[in-house]
Amino acid sequence: MSSQDNQEFKDEEEFREIEITVFKYNSQDKTSKPEYKTYKLTETPGMTLYIALIKIWSTMDHHLSFDFVCRAGICGSCSMVVNGKPRLACKTRTNEFEDGKITLLPLPTFQHIKDLSVDTGNWMNAMSVKVESWIHAKEETDNSVLEKRVDPESAQAVFDLDRCIECGICLASCSTKIMREDFIGAVGLNRTARFAIDPHDERTDEEFYELIGDDNGVFGCMSLMGCEDHCPKDLPLQTKIAYMRRKMVKA
Amino acid sequence: MKIIYTDALIVGGGLAGLRSAIAARDKGLDTIVISMVPVKRSHSAAAQGGMQASLGNTIMGEGDNEDVHFADTVKGSDWGCDQDVARMFVTTAPKAIRELAAWGVPWNRIGKGPREVIMNGKKETIVEKDEADGLINARDFGGTKKWRTCYTSDATGHTMLYAVANEALKRNVEIHDKKEAVSIIHENGICSGVVARDLINGELIAYVARGTMIATGGYGRIYKQSTNAIICKGIGIAIALETGIVTLGNMEAVQFHPTPIVPSGILLTEGCRGDGGVLRDKDGYRFMPDYEPEKKELASRDVVSRRMIEHIRKGKGVKSPNGEHLWLDISILGREHIEKNLHDVQDISKTFNGIDPADEGEKGWMPVLPMQHYSMGGIRTKKNGESTTMKGLFCSGEASCWDLHGFNRLGGNSVSEAVVAGMIVGEYFAEYCADTHLQTNTLTIEKFLEDQMDYLKEILSYDGGKNIFDIKDRMRTIMQEKVGVFRNGEDLDDAVNELEDLLKMVKQITVTDKSLGNNPELNEAYRVTKMLKLALCVAKGALERTESRGAHYREDHTKRDDLNWLNRTIATWVNPDDTMPTLSYEEIDIFKMEMPPAFRGYGRKGAIVLHPSSEKREQDIEKIKETLGTVDRFTLQEALMDFDLPKDYKRKNERVGVGYE
Repeated sequence: MSSQDNQEFKDEEEFREIEITVFKYNSQDKTSKPEYKTYKLTETPGMTLYIALIKIWSTMDHHLSFDFVCRAGICGSCSMVVNGKPRLACKTRTNEFEDGKITLLPLPTFQHIKDLSVDTGNWMNAMSVKVESWIHAKEETDNSVLEKRVDPESAQAVFDLDRCIECGICLASCSTKIMREDFIGAVGLNRTARFAIDPHDERTDEEFYELIGDDNGVFGCMSLMGCEDHCPKDLPLQTKIAYMRRKMVKA
Repeated sequence: MKIIYTDALIVGGGLAGLRSAIAARDKGLDTIVISMVPVKRSHSAAAQGGMQASLGNTIMGEGDNEDVHFADTVKGSDWGCDQDVARMFVTTAPKAIRELAAWGVPWNRIGKGPREVIMNGKKETIVEKDEADGLINARDFGGTKKWRTCYTSDATGHTMLYAVANEALKRNVEIHDKKEAVSIIHENGICSGVVARDLINGELIAYVARGTMIATGGYGRIYKQSTNAIICKGIGIAIALETGIVTLGNMEAVQFHPTPIVPSGILLTEGCRGDGGVLRDKDGYRFMPDYEPEKKELASRDVVSRRMIEHIRKGKGVKSPNGEHLWLDISILGREHIEKNLHDVQDISKTFNGIDPADEGEKGWMPVLPMQHYSMGGIRTKKNGESTTMKGLFCSGEASCWDLHGFNRLGGNSVSEAVVAGMIVGEYFAEYCADTHLQTNTLTIEKFLEDQMDYLKEILSYDGGKNIFDIKDRMRTIMQEKVGVFRNGEDLDDAVNELEDLLKMVKQITVTDKSLGNNPELNEAYRVTKMLKLALCVAKGALERTESRGAHYREDHTKRDDLNWLNRTIATWVNPDDTMPTLSYEEIDIFKMEMPPAFRGYGRKGAIVLHPSSEKREQDIEKIKETLGTVDRFTLQEALMDFDLPKDYKRKNERVGVGYE
């Protein structure tokens, strides 16, 4: 049995108290004033920020707003700044923080809604449209006949980049994004790299250049690597941005 | 008052809703999708293991076709499904997966030649044919005769959802996220849109359309332990129920997945077992072959879940502070396979349990226990996806009782249903929207808006001091303990009574935040009320159904009873002030079946009361076969049970090695 499991057998009184401080502000309400609120709660085995925030909301502060959907690190909804770093709250375990003190801020660069809730959907949709985040093929396929053949390695390579969950953490970690509001970020550049290597997509380098060949695209990146350091999916963002930049320089 | 007009309105932005939106846009209709969350965060994204489609590319899927997929689906449903719908589905699924491939879903592909796989706990080598090189691969899944489940590692729903969402964006489908439909606008039995609440600022908006589709997924969150995302509250189904006109089908048909991880309830895909993983008990013993000698860990989900609980009841469970559980062992698949094909499973297990499942031996075993996973029940529709009782209201995907799954869904058939229904029902829906004109007026629309505003104000005026969160917890506990994997009359009776009390108790809550704006406490108050109505439909349906079929298992009525219960439970909420659904039953006609009821081939033997018509229908079928003589399978199928499909979806599907046969 692992040490993890042994911890679960502790008596309740052995669990420590933790303190979670949350930024509270309702952007929709002109009378609202930004403030920090601190909640004390007992840490339970395996506690994540999802479990902690649900506990706070249902027992201490019914007014608290945040965004969770899958609570399994798959959907990208719950990005927030945890003790200074942008992270997925559902995958963050409270026992990582030795002093038991955790401060939560809403994800920057996105439209703030209320407390820890931000609007990522409209930005991500606009980005997807901007980089034309879909397959461009001249001929329509007949879906009754055998599918186009793809070698297993190419399919795997596309899949590896397709794992992006649009959580927005790369943008929250990006200095260019602070200076250039319209910068499409690692999420947008990774997306173009994904289509550039997809054997179904017939776009030329010149066509990709039209989409990302400027300072709001691939030439805006300063290679500070904040995106890759924080990406919860461990995507090879810098390599892929460099790959697209080399392609675009030639184009 | 804010009113937004469009041609086609779709509530829900998962795979079913977005694929339907594409069908509507392709007909030139103005199309709006409203969604509680950004659409790419919908619960479709959480589907891990794969999508069933009978391509028959891999050597282990050789000989697969629509007929085999059809038979697996009907058996899986325990003969509860609509066989016409199953035929429509299996015929379209290969086209759906090829469409998705063309849209860029990076399906795992076959490399010709030998490869190592794990089967029945042992390493085996299979050799893929040269002519299958580069075609879409498939893995094994529960309750299927062939390897038919196509996949992108264990993030299949994610890649599918992104491809479909991006195609919707390409076609200028308008997406309004953070909007929740709270009531259906209707008059004279015709639906003309919904009232939605803007979850950012609380504003009520009337979305008015020629046709409306509900594609809001399932209601798993009425259970304490569920693999479902926290948005899966069944609100779309509940607002349909609240019309008093729309009917719900088979709400008691709730699936429990064998292998969510304990205690978080996050799913570990059936692909774990499909790829060769096994279940073990407290002694490390692989117990499933004792119960299910043929299918072992890969019997259908309802059967495996029951066998697991049965084994725990024999004292073989692993004790833990989170209750008893069993182990899922995938370490035997090897680190390389796990890191490539079960990547998210490994990530989930490491993050939430501190266990690396690729570690050899018991160190890598993951604690699992059956938990709520899928809602077979939903809005009862005709074969074209339109509500049986309200014109202009369509439904697709998990929210519907179309009825592809009957009393148990096969793994890999959910995302498959979502896109296939998006194609089929989406097409019928688009046709309806193109051919229909609005038959409402602003007086009616404003009345529905006002009713919702009055309702929200009424909730804020309740002052009984009770807490909606406590009511929700109690509901979820009742469902968990009394309407679970094993059910009995006494517990179900208690559940129904207590849920009714809880529903009445909602009027005694106090919402502490009186704001009509962004107010998560108010959201919870109206949502829990709706969830309680659905919970009552589930519990009451389960209480009345005195037989065991698929996922509905009664310890006091252990046989599948075709004589009395070969039917669908139909639930309505006749008056708004009712505290109990009204149930009726829709008979299923054996004489229209292509495959009359029989033994499924797994599960307990001899636990069926067969209907005498089954045998008669078998004889009919034999006669039809004799009369036809030697004909191809399509001619025979048509003679047994003809079915319709829109567009060119009925075209034959090409397969490697056999062409269009």
